Amino acid sequence: MNFWQKLLAVDRRVIFALVAVAVIIPFFLSFPIKITVSPPVQAVYDYIEKLPPGSLVMISCDYDPPSAPELQPMTETMLKHFFLKDLKVIILGLWPQGSVQANIALEVVMRDPILKAKNLKYGVDYVNLGFTAGNEFVIIRMGTDIHAAFPVDFNGTKIAELPLMQNVRNFDNIAFVFNVSAGYPGTYEWVIFGVDRYRFKLGAGNTAVQAPLVSPYVQSGQLIGLLGGMRGGAEYEEVSHYFGKATGFMRSQTFSHAVVIFFIIVGNLAYFMTRGKRT
Amino acid sequence: MRREVPLIITAACGFIFIIQFFVPHPPLNRVQDVFNDWVNIIAGFAIVLGILNLLRVNLNKMSKKSKGWPYALFTILGLSAYVVIGLAFSGGRSFQNPGTAFYWVYINLFFPLNSTMFALLAFFVASASYRAFRARNKEATLLLIAATILMLGRVPLGEYLSGWLPSGWRLADLSDWIMDFPQTAGQRAIMMGIALGIISTSLRIILGIERTYLGGD
Repeated sequence: MNFWQKLLAVDRRVIFALVAVAVIIPFFLSFPIKITVSPPVQAVYDYIEKLPPGSLVMISCDYDPPSAPELQPMTETMLKHFFLKDLKVIILGLWPQGSVQANIALEVVMRDPILKAKNLKYGVDYVNLGFTAGNEFVIIRMGTDIHAAFPVDFNGTKIAELPLMQNVRNFDNIAFVFNVSAGYPGTYEWVIFGVDRYRFKLGAGNTAVQAPLVSPYVQSGQLIGLLGGMRGGAEYEEVSHYFGKATGFMRSQTFSHAVVIFFIIVGNLAYFMTRGKRT
Repeated sequence: MRREVPLIITAACGFIFIIQFFVPHPPLNRVQDVFNDWVNIIAGFAIVLGILNLLRVNLNKMSKKSKGWPYALFTILGLSAYVVIGLAFSGGRSFQNPGTAFYWVYINLFFPLNSTMFALLAFFVASASYRAFRARNKEATLLLIAATILMLGRVPLGEYLSGWLPSGWRLADLSDWIMDFPQTAGQRAIMMGIALGIISTSLRIILGIERTYLGGD
């Protein structure tokens, strides 16, 4: 067995170890990285910037812990942007864990000194409607009556008793919806059953795997903009200057991509060098 | 009658939904709201049904001492413990609220375990890329080149490697071009194909041509 054949037969644990090193080491480094903001991310930022203070916005967290490393930074940055712009925020989840993830993000965001000084009040400045089973049918129901889709909030309080929700009936009252999604139900459903039918403005943040599937909706105008994967989150942090976890995580992603590409090159070299010699 | 009644109900519901989409006014829009409420209630019960099914499958596995039965035991213990913690140790607050025992378990057990499972994907992708991503033919080579450009263009490394190139030819620009044109065009074709498939299948079900959902022969 020559060098190239040995290389082809390398134990996969060696690959695992190198990937682990590539992911972990950058957590302890703080070298500067250049993030270029793409037009779909800039479009989401610009739209929110133009909203007048006091406008009602909605964020639907349709993901769970497996996708949280990619999507949680987006939720945090988006919530921070909303609150700093003095927008009124309605949070919900079409996934059971979504509204819990939103609460985790709220805890992080509310530690910001500027937001602390704003003394934001639950029920007045923001609400968490929690989760309702029914997937896309929840979106359709909200189109006619949000109170029917979510009779009580995350805490079990009737939403009719919350000051923020008293004048909210359906999507006509909401200036912008942002969907953070890791799959079904997610951005597809928000576009097909929400935007196409009730004509509200929608932006989305998706996992890197899912973003290409919904990117045609950006070109068609059904989505205002799209944050794709960790990169999308980092771009939003760059454009909004609210630096959170995504920018830091990009360091790990840079190294891990480099390792994967290195293995692809080495694997192909070994493949061609041993071509014809394999049995 | 066992087949005709479901077919009539399906056809009636299908036509009502199609009509109310184009005529969203009373009384049709109210019918839609009622149907939606029913769906939400059924979806709620489906969660209970799912839990019961999970219990049944795992209890069966345990009673028969099937292969891997200790995992079934852990599944049931985990489910039961989580339910008890949520119901009994929330101190009168909503069980999901920060500060409750349920929330503690979510943050310290459920969250890291779930994230870890998904994170393993990175290791398997790297290993699979090494073993399977080969330039065996023209198509595979094209895929390989596109994937490499995308992987480099989506991270700052691409900027460092190609920053000296004129704008429009850098790796990030090429990756954006791949995403905006070939990828989106292919995706659109798939979406249109799926949409046409859904329309034709729905029409077949509404008109009673497609009956396999009724079960039986």
